[in-house]
Amino acid sequence: MAEIKFEEALKKLEKIVEDLEKGDLTLDEALKRYQEGIELSRICSQRLESAKKKIDILVKNKKGEFELKPLDEVKTEQ
Amino acid sequence: MSKTLPDLITETAYQKEPRHIYTVSEITKDIKIILENTFGEVWVEGEVSGFSRIPTGTAFFNLKDSASLLKCVLFPSYAASIKFEIKDGMSLVCFGRMSIYEKEGKYQLYVQQIEPKGIGSLQLALEQLKQKLEKEGLFSPRHKRPIPYLPDRIGIVTSISGAAIEDILRVLERRFKDVHIIINPVRVQGEGAKEEIAQAIKDFNLYNQQLMRDQQIKVLIVGRGGGSIEDLWAFNEEEVARAIYNSKIPVISAVGHERDFTIADLVADFRASTPSVAAEMVLPKKEDLKERLNDFNQRLKRAFLDIAIDYQQTIDNSAYRLNLATQHIIALDTNQFNAIRNKLILFNPLNIILQHKDKIINLVRQSHLRIEYFIKIKDAQFSKAIEKLNSLSPLNILSRGYSITFKMPTEEILKDIRSVKLGDKIKTRLHKGEILSEVKDVGMGS
Repeated sequence: MAEIKFEEALKKLEKIVEDLEKGDLTLDEALKRYQEGIELSRICSQRLESAKKKIDILVKNKKGEFELKPLDEVKTEQ
Repeated sequence: MSKTLPDLITETAYQKEPRHIYTVSEITKDIKIILENTFGEVWVEGEVSGFSRIPTGTAFFNLKDSASLLKCVLFPSYAASIKFEIKDGMSLVCFGRMSIYEKEGKYQLYVQQIEPKGIGSLQLALEQLKQKLEKEGLFSPRHKRPIPYLPDRIGIVTSISGAAIEDILRVLERRFKDVHIIINPVRVQGEGAKEEIAQAIKDFNLYNQQLMRDQQIKVLIVGRGGGSIEDLWAFNEEEVARAIYNSKIPVISAVGHERDFTIADLVADFRASTPSVAAEMVLPKKEDLKERLNDFNQRLKRAFLDIAIDYQQTIDNSAYRLNLATQHIIALDTNQFNAIRNKLILFNPLNIILQHKDKIINLVRQSHLRIEYFIKIKDAQFSKAIEKLNSLSPLNILSRGYSITFKMPTEEILKDIRSVKLGDKIKTRLHKGEILSEVKDVGMGS
């Protein structure tokens, strides 16, 4: 669960909310979803605060293979 | 009229000058020189007819108006610079050199540049390509894929030194940053731009095939900052349009400013009016996400509570109904029980016993009555017997003067003299009173 991506967690959370709002779950299931939803919501808030960007350049080398190089590196090379 | 005009001209020339005879080539060459010197490079306007192109790439057509027709030639070296397709019926303004094709003695316009009349040539080219691609279905809404929400990997095709990338990165600074941006730098204008843009889109798709699904680039932004229509032209090229159309990764076009509309915009899955707008589309605001999250949170709690309350009501309801049902069953059972009990009462041994008891009591009463009756009878008989007995009693005999003697102290009735010896005490009962005596003598008597 700790490795889940933000948008995945948000999507899952949305699905859980929708499932619960349909209201055709057993109490056990509802409780399980609810707990899952609370956990996802916690993860999302955490991710919101700690998100980091990453910017790379796609480079094709002479063999035609793709490589990623950080933008800053490429910029200093130029 | 005796002489025609041609006759007169012929006559005069024939008579005045010494005869000069041209070869066909000479006269043609002279005409060519006169023609070229007189007109040089000209603009000619007219309607296209008889357009054809031979395999070498040279095109032939006529420009005509209501009265005349001018033959035109367009060599491949000039044709390359003409963006639109020439078709019969078009009104064109052609620039070129007037000359003569000596072999056929044809004067014609050697076209170097063409502009459609009343509309810019780029505009016309755009219109034509639009129509063509439209026919092929490249703009069809059916082909448009949805732009993924919160894509975690975004590919960008633009110039690394252009305004677009700066705008996008500036937006990123203000936004939720949980994103990996991969730039495939290209030239966005001038020579080679369309090829580079198309190749960059293809490369992103190739690269994606090598990646695990969750590592894949989810969306491409293809674009550049603002510029003249010529600057933006690469994004109107068929090659770029087809690359966008064939991309497996959804494409957001972001070319120039709001007012600029390119073919790339029409083919793309989504058209962002500027690169900034494109970035804002895929990079959401942190506040928006927070709000969304809060909304989910509240809905989550409310929905769960609703379900819980619902269940509670169901349980209450069930309990109530269970109660009712139980009462009903109990009532039913009570009825049955009563019925059975009534039956049971009918066959109760106690009843039988009671019945028998009654009988017994009856019998006892009857037997009592009988016994009483019997006793009364017996009583009567007994009284008679007593009376009889009385009449027979020895005491009655005593009254007649007899007496009875008892041996004392045993009070044994004496019947034989041998029962007494001298000195024994004897008692004699008379009819009235008793005499106690001592035996003085015994004898057998007579």
